[in-house]
Amino acid sequence: MGRLKTIARRTFLIGSAAIVGGVAFGTVMYKRPAKNPLLQDLGPGAAAITPYVLITQEGITLITPRADKGQGAYSVQAALIAEELDVELDQITVDPGTPSPAYYNTALANDMAPFRSTDDSIIAEFTRAVLDAPVKFLGIQITGGSTTVPDSYEKLRMAGAVARETLKAAAAKVSNQPVDQLTTARGAVHLPDGRMLTYIELAATAATLNPVTDITLRDPQDWRLIGKPMQRIDIAAKSTGTQAYGIDIRMPDMLHAAVTLNPRRGSVNSYDATTAETMRGVRKVVPVTGGIGVIADNTWRAMQAAKAISVDWGAAPYPADMDAHWKSLTDSFTDDQLDSQYRNDGDIAGALGNAEPVSAEYRAPYLAHAPLEPINATVLVTDARVDIWTGTQIPRFIQANISKITGIDADNIHVHVLMMGGSFGHRLEDMVVRQATELAMTVKGTPVKLTYSREQDFAQDFTRQIAMAQLRGTLRNGQVDTFDLGIAMPSVIGSQMGRQGFPAAGPDTQIVAGAWDQPFAIPNYRITGYRAPELAPISSWRSVGASTNGFFHDCALDELIHAAGADPLAERIRLCNHAASRTVLETVGEMSNWGSKLDENQGRGVAFCLSFGVPCAEVIEVTATPAGVRIDKVFAVADVGRIIDPVNFEAQVSGGIVFGLGHAMNCEITYADGAAQQSNYHQFEGLRLYQCPEIKVRGLENGRTIRGVGEPGVPPAAPALANAIFAATGQRIREMPFNKYIKFV
Amino acid sequence: MQLTVNGTAYQVDVELDMPLLWVLRDELGITGPKYGCGIAQCGACTVHVEGMPVRSCQLPIGDLEGEVTTIEGLGTPDALHAVQQAWIDHQVAQCGYCQSGQIMAAAAFLDLNPDPSDQDIDRALSANLCRCGTYPRIRAAVKTAAASLKGA
Repeated sequence: MGRLKTIARRTFLIGSAAIVGGVAFGTVMYKRPAKNPLLQDLGPGAAAITPYVLITQEGITLITPRADKGQGAYSVQAALIAEELDVELDQITVDPGTPSPAYYNTALANDMAPFRSTDDSIIAEFTRAVLDAPVKFLGIQITGGSTTVPDSYEKLRMAGAVARETLKAAAAKVSNQPVDQLTTARGAVHLPDGRMLTYIELAATAATLNPVTDITLRDPQDWRLIGKPMQRIDIAAKSTGTQAYGIDIRMPDMLHAAVTLNPRRGSVNSYDATTAETMRGVRKVVPVTGGIGVIADNTWRAMQAAKAISVDWGAAPYPADMDAHWKSLTDSFTDDQLDSQYRNDGDIAGALGNAEPVSAEYRAPYLAHAPLEPINATVLVTDARVDIWTGTQIPRFIQANISKITGIDADNIHVHVLMMGGSFGHRLEDMVVRQATELAMTVKGTPVKLTYSREQDFAQDFTRQIAMAQLRGTLRNGQVDTFDLGIAMPSVIGSQMGRQGFPAAGPDTQIVAGAWDQPFAIPNYRITGYRAPELAPISSWRSVGASTNGFFHDCALDELIHAAGADPLAERIRLCNHAASRTVLETVGEMSNWGSKLDENQGRGVAFCLSFGVPCAEVIEVTATPAGVRIDKVFAVADVGRIIDPVNFEAQVSGGIVFGLGHAMNCEITYADGAAQQSNYHQFEGLRLYQCPEIKVRGLENGRTIRGVGEPGVPPAAPALANAIFAATGQRIREMPFNKYIKFV
Repeated sequence: MQLTVNGTAYQVDVELDMPLLWVLRDELGITGPKYGCGIAQCGACTVHVEGMPVRSCQLPIGDLEGEVTTIEGLGTPDALHAVQQAWIDHQVAQCGYCQSGQIMAAAAFLDLNPDPSDQDIDRALSANLCRCGTYPRIRAAVKTAAASLKGA
């Protein structure tokens, strides 16, 4: 950040780089601390010891490297540091810092390992540690996979504690008092005689000391902030129109740009920009990756001009129409396309041979991310450096990619991460930054802000995967005996990482995530993943594989339970073999008063999915009115091990439910002649206020490990709704969106 | 041409068909009103014209008659409007991108209907899209704001 750089030149930084390297999170292979990025550009007399805490004469800045997409990541990270540092959240500012290997994401590696999150065996832990090494080695600074809290939980408290103890050591030196007589509160060290020295006063001395790294984290029962309701640090700005998002950036002489891109993602055969070039305010028409860009003096003028360009677009590099996409999936349930079979319990062949199996097929469509802030990036290119202002989850990838495009060394590519108006995985892609850079390179010295129109944002989205599942199951004595589920989809990780130039080797765990790893003991239980050929480009969409597989797995289980004549909740509890998950199911039953009588046209459905290590169960009540199905109530329970902020926990789970329900009800992206048929929110509605049910959320803390909650609320929503609709109407819906089959009111 | 926004008069030289939204954002630097869809489907661009809620992405500047109020003119962090205070009290915002529009829609609605039923709230605010799913807190905040405005 510009501000950070300016400050760093003339001030002092406190903390410890040691915590990054090994004390808290070291693996056998990489113990060497990553370089502290705050050290860069320090002037004479200044010192820097930590990547997370910056104390200057102007104030205290906490570095929060995981990006905020609206999930409250900045507030949560700040609270973790502040808890141990003994500052209050109204005393600090936060800054996402500058992209650096020091901010690598440990927790991301944990979820790449093919072990159930409930598996704490030696081999599972060992594999997670080995995977952690390359993540750290590559310095993968990614926000995603609900990893911010698990990754930050110890690391940031440790950073706060190291800084606090170092400041105390400085106070001891200045005051000649023994350290054990000193206390800290509200950004100051308190001396035994009642005097106090503020952290700001102590910064200069602290910077000359070796950081104190021999520390013990506080007992949770002594916490002031963690676990208590917090006020998000951005809440006033976001309620007064004063929060600046990427799209709001303004700079002197800045130009505005828009693009027209091949809706089929193919080549540009030819184009005619004669009209566009003469339109008011237009400065330049420039070919960019995927299409044509217009630089103008106003966004609207640029968008109007982009629409006035006539282009002969090349064909799509994937099947033109949906029938071919679905056929590709249908054809993928073969040994040749086998990707994984992490679960194969009992004797599937024997069990299926002995009885006529219950069988069913499920489908889930492509979905757009469509965060309300259209993607955008502002880029300033000069001969020596590139500055990029954008909301992104992948600042380090951007550095590397823009270095390749401009030929300027990655150290001179400066990514300034800004607040995002939503993402849901959208900003794990960087095509807009590449295109903005291509435009800015033609007007060196002048910043260019590229804003996608909503129509371009829909047309160019790297959507959620399309997916399909096939169930065969058997029953015995009123119980589920065999559960054999095959899932086919193209590889999300292959498509996504392919665009970053990383080959994705081996099976893609996302093809079966939310299915193979469910905590049930069914006598014959098999989950097989089939990797369909690459189709339209796809990317991570809030809860990734579990967004489709949670629906497949739980609806399939519900069908078998109904066929067996068992109670949907009681049978799930009976089959569950993981204590924390069982408690989640029992709790949602109690909250929803499961089993109580409903009106004749009402129905109640339960669904469960363990994703990102979080068991989450949801019960939905619906009413079948003459005009359509109305969703009345949702009860949700999730166990994240430890809740950092109950206010935000509730917001994330209930927001995840609304997200899961809205898309299940009425959203899909379909391709015709290679182009997405949905161009704006009138064709991709989601849930609106009048349809929003009453939502009650409860958080549990029985899980062994702390987990993130941005995604786990999503997967159970769609199956709980489908199961409730079945209970109310007898109609079993096996394909999203459900409005293909029923109406909602 | 001349327009008045949040009590300040501005002179702009733009095409008559440029939407008010882009005059505000790119010509005047007033960025509280957001671009979300450009076709009046999301409500993120909602401003008041003479106190009435208007989708600024759909109002050509040439058709503007009356004074414009944006979220910045409704209240400030130091002098909050009752609706903004309620939004803070209920911690409504997640990404926050739609909330300027939600708040402007709610403020105009409560002006006309100070004592709304749940159904009134649902009807009035369903044209504003929130992708993060903050609807339950929006409902609660509108009720708090209504009570607070009545008491004021």
